[in-house]
Amino acid sequence: MSGSEVVIVGGGVTGLSAGWWLARSGVKVTVLDKFIVGWEASGRNGGGASHYSSPLFDEEQRLWPQMDELLGYPTEHQKGRILIAMTERQWEQYRFIAERHTRLNHPVELLDVKQVQDAVPLAGDNCFGGVHYKFGGHANPQRTVQAYAWALQDLGGKIVQHSPVTGFETAGGKVTAVKTANATYGCDAVVVAAGPQIPQLMAQLGVDVPLAAARAEMIITEPAPMMPLGGVDGHKIYGRQTLRGNLAYGGGPHEWLDVDATGPKARPSTPLARNLAKRLAELLPKAAHLNVIRSWAGVIENSPDGRPILDRLSSPDNVTVASMSSVGFGLSPASGHAIRDLVIDGTCSFTNLDLLKLSRFDGLEKDWREKRGWMPIS
Amino acid sequence: MELNFTGTDICAVNGTRSAPETRYDVVVVGAGPSGIAAAIDAATAGKSVLLVDENPVSGALMGNDTPLYFGGRMTAATQNADRMLEAIFMSMPDLEKAMEAGAELLLGTTAWGVYRNGPGVASLPEQVVGLADAERSWMVGFGKIVLATGARDLALAFPGWNQPGVMGAAALQMLLTRYDAFAGRRMLVLGSHDLALETALLAHGRGVEVLGLIETRDAPQGGDDLVAAVKAAGIPITCGQTIASAKGGIDGVEAATLTNGETIACDTICVAIGLVPSIELVDAMHGPRSLNPARGGYVPAGEPSVDVVGDCAGLPDTGFDHVAYRMDWMRALTAVSANDTIICQCEEVTRADLIGVQPPNYLPRPAAMCARSLETLLKDGPANQDQIKRLTRAGMGVCQGRRCRDQVAMLLALESGTPFGTIPLASHRAPVRPLPLKILAEWDEPAEMEAAWDVWFGIPTQWVPVEDVGTPYEDDHREMLYTGMYK
Repeated sequence: MSGSEVVIVGGGVTGLSAGWWLARSGVKVTVLDKFIVGWEASGRNGGGASHYSSPLFDEEQRLWPQMDELLGYPTEHQKGRILIAMTERQWEQYRFIAERHTRLNHPVELLDVKQVQDAVPLAGDNCFGGVHYKFGGHANPQRTVQAYAWALQDLGGKIVQHSPVTGFETAGGKVTAVKTANATYGCDAVVVAAGPQIPQLMAQLGVDVPLAAARAEMIITEPAPMMPLGGVDGHKIYGRQTLRGNLAYGGGPHEWLDVDATGPKARPSTPLARNLAKRLAELLPKAAHLNVIRSWAGVIENSPDGRPILDRLSSPDNVTVASMSSVGFGLSPASGHAIRDLVIDGTCSFTNLDLLKLSRFDGLEKDWREKRGWMPIS
Repeated sequence: MELNFTGTDICAVNGTRSAPETRYDVVVVGAGPSGIAAAIDAATAGKSVLLVDENPVSGALMGNDTPLYFGGRMTAATQNADRMLEAIFMSMPDLEKAMEAGAELLLGTTAWGVYRNGPGVASLPEQVVGLADAERSWMVGFGKIVLATGARDLALAFPGWNQPGVMGAAALQMLLTRYDAFAGRRMLVLGSHDLALETALLAHGRGVEVLGLIETRDAPQGGDDLVAAVKAAGIPITCGQTIASAKGGIDGVEAATLTNGETIACDTICVAIGLVPSIELVDAMHGPRSLNPARGGYVPAGEPSVDVVGDCAGLPDTGFDHVAYRMDWMRALTAVSANDTIICQCEEVTRADLIGVQPPNYLPRPAAMCARSLETLLKDGPANQDQIKRLTRAGMGVCQGRRCRDQVAMLLALESGTPFGTIPLASHRAPVRPLPLKILAEWDEPAEMEAAWDVWFGIPTQWVPVEDVGTPYEDDHREMLYTGMYK
């Protein structure tokens, strides 16, 4: 497939990683984005990279420690995570998860209160215990997204920003070109990695992709003294201490939205910042005096079962659909590799993606969103 | 795994938010002359009115140049909250008139966010403003909100600006007239437009030794009467010059050196080049803004339920192009200062690293990284300050960009050769004032919030390990980790 042209619709972290992987294989890649790379959820998330439930997990773990070197740009990747239980119920749940890890041979260690306080200086004696994952980790989403984009360019790939895709040209059961308002990009294959806009785009090709969009929120504090390990969360919030020291955390209830072909109209944060602040002050009581300096929101999509859709279609057979179902950042090194394999070889070389096929939703009821209560507030 | 859908997502935000603690027909933010007048008008018309003002802010916040650019030149008197409150009442006699008219007054109370349903959000029970004092935060409902948040100082970087003693004109005026708490004695003023001239006269009248005004353009910029008054007071105005650097010691500024080599011993350098309308609240609620160079920069451009009064709506239009004036200063300062001049104090970002789009010093800079710059970024499309902020961290610090947002925008315009305003200003985010976690926290949140709280979407199948799909463990996983979702 060397020398052929692949157009990627969507310059989020998944599309960019796919583009980078394809460019590494000598494929000519053009990434089209409606605005600026990583501007949506790819650049505004918790940065976690410990997705043990995914078929892409092993590859995620293998790749992250190498990403700075492979990309040539810093991602701020850091290894390890500690989950702190703040209630008896959470402690029971985290021990359950730890047992599961042990069964799967993922290295974990249970921490008592004293050990939590030693490992996490901002924690208090108000916790029940913790679980130290000796795997996984976190990185800086904004920096990583730009790193993929730059690395892709360094390999000769093209990124075209401010260019929403308006449609496709098809011939002989294949997509032959991708159209924007100002240009038409001929292609041998297409990757549609446009997040919440995937359903609208794929509908133009007669393919139904069931995805629903929602808004989620985060807060960030001023820098705290650096902890030995930045990937500290639990208490039903997720997040990290950045390498600058800021505490960036999210979690809590989401709001379902309708997103049209042009993408989210706005990404407003809400007073949910107060509920996040409460939980972060409980999780890390020695940080409770720290100032919150920003809050923000992002819009992400979910499939009906919450698992990604990573699939090379049978018709048009040169189209690969890629939605990570709201969990895309950490898995991006692996998802890009998988997409590269699907585009070039038609099958993934390193894991079984059957669980992520679009066809699992064949026969899905038309009112699947209503049934789940995944409808926007009217 | 069998999922029994109920038509309800128990982890959605619907119905989980608290109602506001109180409601007023009108909430006025900012108790300066415009805010007080708006509160009196509304109260006289029979409306229920809440008038809030963040002042006096804590000494810690003042030390962080919040809300104005105090430059560390406050006396210890600002640490005494009771004295500060009294000073505000003494200096603002109309506050009592507002209370007599029936407005409720809360000083030391910050409005940190305004929220209403609109694009991207429909879950708010009603439109609310977030308030906070030294003890706690709370939400207040309103029919109309009047923003009278005034204007704040434009800071501009030069070598040595990042030390105590470099401050803004609005901050100086507040310390002199309201609090009688200015710690400087010998002051140099940058600028010669009305703001600089008025500030110099005020300081002179209060016994501060004003050593002179420095003007980068070839002639004084302010009104003839003010220029004459300054000269009559014996204060020289030096034109065609800019500041090359400020030197200092442990207490901050000790001397300023001009481009002509002249060194002036002083303890304060007052940056009086411009004021910027304080649009943080309306910008953080994604209200529209427009650029109006004659009114001091970006101004709110119309938002339902929001009235904007006073300097927040824009400085009085005297026909002076504030933006062109600032850009002249920026050009002059950039020409005479080294590239390693700090632009963002909080994050210690130099001009070279800003224009080089380089990461902070704690990250490696491999060869590919070093080859990137604003110039290469511009090949991908128009510059965006938020994108550059994320990459360089300029504007991401605890001052929330108050010291550098505007000047970064000016530098990007200069360096990219585009008119100021072409590159969108970096966004403001709630809370628009730094608020401690324990203050911002909703400690008494509704039970519905905790019931709906999940770390992510609460979709049981999302996190079942792939090895377990289709095994009995799948149900154990749901039983243990999901409480009630789709059962």
